[in-house]
Amino acid sequence: MSLTNDNIKQRLTDKFGEAVSQVEETFGMLNFTVPKDLNLKVMQFLYDDEELQFRFLTDLTAVHYPDRKGEELAVVYHLYNFAQRVRLRMKVYTSVEDPRVFTATRLFEAANWMERETYDFFGVNFVGHPNLKRILNVDEMDYFPMRKEFPLEDQTRIDKDDEMFGRGGHIGI
Amino acid sequence: MSEQHITLPEGSIERVTQTLNLGPTHPATHGVFQNILEIDGERVVSSESTVGYIHRAFEKIAERRPYYQITPLTDRLNYCSSPINNMGWHITVEKLLGIQTPKRVDYLRVIIMELARICDHLICNGVVGVDTGAFTGFLYLMRWRELAYEIYEEICGSRLTTNIGRVGGFERNFTPAAFEKIEKFLVEFPKALKEFETLMNRNRIFMERTQGVGPISAERAMNYGFTGPNLRAAGVDYDLRVAHPYSSYEDFEFSIPVGTTGDCYDRFLVRNGEMWESLSIIRQAMDKVKALPADVYHADVPAYYLPEKSDVYTKMEALIYHFKIIMGESDILPGELYNAVEGANGELGFYLISDGGRSPYRLHFRRPCFIYYQAYGELIKGAMLSDALICMSSLNLIAGELDA
Repeated sequence: MSLTNDNIKQRLTDKFGEAVSQVEETFGMLNFTVPKDLNLKVMQFLYDDEELQFRFLTDLTAVHYPDRKGEELAVVYHLYNFAQRVRLRMKVYTSVEDPRVFTATRLFEAANWMERETYDFFGVNFVGHPNLKRILNVDEMDYFPMRKEFPLEDQTRIDKDDEMFGRGGHIGI
Repeated sequence: MSEQHITLPEGSIERVTQTLNLGPTHPATHGVFQNILEIDGERVVSSESTVGYIHRAFEKIAERRPYYQITPLTDRLNYCSSPINNMGWHITVEKLLGIQTPKRVDYLRVIIMELARICDHLICNGVVGVDTGAFTGFLYLMRWRELAYEIYEEICGSRLTTNIGRVGGFERNFTPAAFEKIEKFLVEFPKALKEFETLMNRNRIFMERTQGVGPISAERAMNYGFTGPNLRAAGVDYDLRVAHPYSSYEDFEFSIPVGTTGDCYDRFLVRNGEMWESLSIIRQAMDKVKALPADVYHADVPAYYLPEKSDVYTKMEALIYHFKIIMGESDILPGELYNAVEGANGELGFYLISDGGRSPYRLHFRRPCFIYYQAYGELIKGAMLSDALICMSSLNLIAGELDA
């Protein structure tokens, strides 16, 4: 039997009920959000369940939404089912003041560096990670550069006031 | 000599371990990354990898650039096969905008992508040869990489960081000279590859040096997030060109070479096998292209594809579109998608969030070698130092992709 997005949705709501929220399908991929304390439980269920078998962590990253109060950081997991060739996207929101999310390293070795990268750039604190330190940036860095509050261009420059060319208007940068 | 508390293997001769810095600029690492090895005599006890020496913050830069200006950033990921990265990005944006490309564009893209795959594999396999002491194969195959680069040059004007193609198609049609060169490549390269295989595949020295070195089981490989030839060498037939076809790969007949043990030798053979498959795909694509109208090289999407320069000077509409595209003012739909292509060393994914602005709200590159490099410590544990080097080159680590 082939696994469809409706099946996955059904299995997840049967198991976790209301905890699985914002279920939607974009570009053919199932998208849903779970509370941050349930991320491991849901991933373990997706991994173990005979029907679902999402046993490959394709990608793990984060997104910063400074305007969403209390859930500024979204940790995004892309999981893959090898047998049925189905992808899904799972999101966990956390506040930027307390960016603690359980680590997925126990389930996937691949999560190790991906979580280090996410920590490095967004400051998501993966609880239980065996070696959570910076990976691409220098160790001495004391901020998380992919957060939206860090602009790409030097904001003190006054010689480059060119609103028409994209600087200034967009997403507060 | 260090006094670290490491359990030494049975029969340790030295009784203490030594710390060895392999890299960041060691000639055998073929890229800028460091490995701090703890060695007992010549045996690796443990290793710690440090990456990020050429990190250039592409994901951050991409948040300020219009979509078409992100293509040159993707060039610099896996710079041994830039065209695949470029095409992957174009296909992602096309998916976001809902652009359907004509069949001829798809086939031309397939030709370029497979050429790039061959270039990447022949560098990787050549380097495995170099690290095992056979410089000949590497130097010999360079001539055909040069020919492939001439083909890129004929199509887009540049060689290494190609910035090839545009969203919607190619910037210009393939010239007859480009097709001639591809034909030449298809005739000459198989002979060279055959010779290369004769030199390496059953070479006793080469086999002794690579067989059983850095093996990984299919299960561990999947857990570590391996993709591409490295995963296939472990025996998993996962290839995005078949699993999730893009750019009309479903129209082509080809097989996926797989290995069994996932060691350096299997990785080498899988890459060689893939080069043959790529040649067959290019041949099929050339035949398919011949059967299609020769003047189609981009989709008909004036809002996203730059008009002819002569039209810009004479037609009002073309001028407006030209201005909008160059200024990054094209209408981009909001959306969130993950799109992946089969890069030369694995699944190259683009996770793109657009909020409708001129540049992506967030763009994340899933770089295959960043993900599988973390297995390196496990692969070389207990191996000889010289084996560790071969293992590194056979994983096909590209520093540009590793560090983004």
